Amino acid sequence: MNIIACVKQVPDTEARIRIAADKVSIDEAEVSMALNPFDEYAVEEALRLKEKFGGDVTVISVGEDKAVTALRNCLAMGADKAVLLKDGAFSGSDSLAVARILAAAIQPRDYDLLLFGKQAVGEDHCQVGPLVAEILNLPYVTSITRLEIHEKAAVAHREIEGATEVFECPLAAVFTAQKGLNEPRYASLKGIMMAKKKPIETLSLADIGLSASDVGAEGALTKIKALSPPPVRSEGKVIEGEPAEVARELAKFLSDDAKII
Amino acid sequence: MSNAILVFIEQRNGEIKKASLEALSEGRRLADKTGGPLVALIIGSDLAGLTDKIAGFGPDRIMLADSPLLEKYSNEGYASQIAEAVKQAAPTILIMAFTAMGFDLAPRVAGRLQAGLITDCTHLEMGENNLLDVTKPLYSGKVVGTIRFTGKKLPQIVALRPNVFPLLEENLHKEPEILQIDTGVTDADVRCKIREILKPEAAAVDLTEANIIVSGGRGMKGGENFGMLQEVADILGGAIGASRSAVDAGWIDHQFQVGQTGKIVSPTLYIACGISGAIQHFAGMSSSKYIVAINKDPDAPIFKAADFGIIGDVFQVLPVLKEELKKLKAG
Repeated sequence: MNIIACVKQVPDTEARIRIAADKVSIDEAEVSMALNPFDEYAVEEALRLKEKFGGDVTVISVGEDKAVTALRNCLAMGADKAVLLKDGAFSGSDSLAVARILAAAIQPRDYDLLLFGKQAVGEDHCQVGPLVAEILNLPYVTSITRLEIHEKAAVAHREIEGATEVFECPLAAVFTAQKGLNEPRYASLKGIMMAKKKPIETLSLADIGLSASDVGAEGALTKIKALSPPPVRSEGKVIEGEPAEVARELAKFLSDDAKII
Repeated sequence: MSNAILVFIEQRNGEIKKASLEALSEGRRLADKTGGPLVALIIGSDLAGLTDKIAGFGPDRIMLADSPLLEKYSNEGYASQIAEAVKQAAPTILIMAFTAMGFDLAPRVAGRLQAGLITDCTHLEMGENNLLDVTKPLYSGKVVGTIRFTGKKLPQIVALRPNVFPLLEENLHKEPEILQIDTGVTDADVRCKIREILKPEAAAVDLTEANIIVSGGRGMKGGENFGMLQEVADILGGAIGASRSAVDAGWIDHQFQVGQTGKIVSPTLYIACGISGAIQHFAGMSSSKYIVAINKDPDAPIFKAADFGIIGDVFQVLPVLKEELKKLKAG
């Protein structure tokens, strides 16, 4: 079973975010970056399936040189190979353009499963995995919490409002990982040492056979116009006192101000 | 350029999602600006009775993709119907709700149409040439982004965060034209099928649809104490939620998690009990209308966002609150 997991390096979820001088991007200089948490579930699932069925696990990322850190992280967890898709022409890509880049790089490879995180925290567009599936004409299930692989078919669980949908689909297929799918492993010291020797292939626009008009700002259909700080919630009332007293005041607030009773 | 607005209406078992009515309400407001027709599309099986339920929101036309093969949701089957509706209505904007179904379906549609999609929108502003400026929280709400469609390809597809866009209050019934569409989708066209739907034994209010959420964090000290939150939630007709620390401690299942790596909610009332208010938690609940916080630590960041804060012990405050609410409820 050959599996490709697509990953992204994102700002750490606890990091402070500052808007850059251009007002359309964030200042990444001082932000600590990490492997997207949902991608960790995808990589972990890929490794578990490899351990069960054999085959190899390739991780792919679209990014700049620093994204190598995220790829090395995946290699240290146990992935076999990594591919970095890097080209100046990729800059300004929206979800669809990123999906075109990934799909073009994945298309000639031998795979049974493509795994993604359900979304990349930060921009949270929640689109790239399904868009790659559509471009490659593959079935998909997003936001899965359970995956079983049988002979040529997969069964995946997906939470919806108040219930769980159980999907069945033939392979090859795309799945995007939600929290609950598994518990990602930590890279071992041995894994970290071995990761240094594993290959990371770098491919450019020309290598994957796309034209500049398909990708980057030129290929994008959406564009960030402005970033601004979030609206500040006006500070409310904070009280302290006897539990009975404060609870009664809260009940009064809920009925008189919030009008929920 | 076309000026029609198309809204996909989500239904499951004949129940129309409230978030879809919000999308239709927003569609009505936008159609009044473009001057074009508002078209609603319902997909499923046995839909005839549903047109009355949306006509009051003022669609000029209602398209029905009605077939036993569409009874169960699939992103492939539903995307084919939406693509057909787009072909017929040629909308400048396609609106969906960013529900569990919208999450799965919207990118399939965008890919099929090779059109731009912006998800989890909290505000839409009509700009020049009927091109939208879309507001969307980014980086766990630490930044608000305004994203613009380039207009190189139509429609502009937006998926709206539930519970944010107001429902139209007046009845705008326009005697809509009812139209059947049929793409001739066959069972073989749908590779990924629903085999079954598992429902929990006790029907609980879902977090993303709840109007009131009572949520617990590390200060709840253990899973056994979430029953207290459930009792308060039950009185209010709400749902319970949890912070990441409570979930990671194994006190409660991850499906209750609110925050950047959990669910995004916008209830009328969010009561945070023993939750300090980490930035990743705000990402999931900062668009709540009222935020109430109960926490022992006077320096907890949650108090900065709270409309009403109590510095105190949840284990002392909640039991009294429960009784007070019961009394109020009894009138």
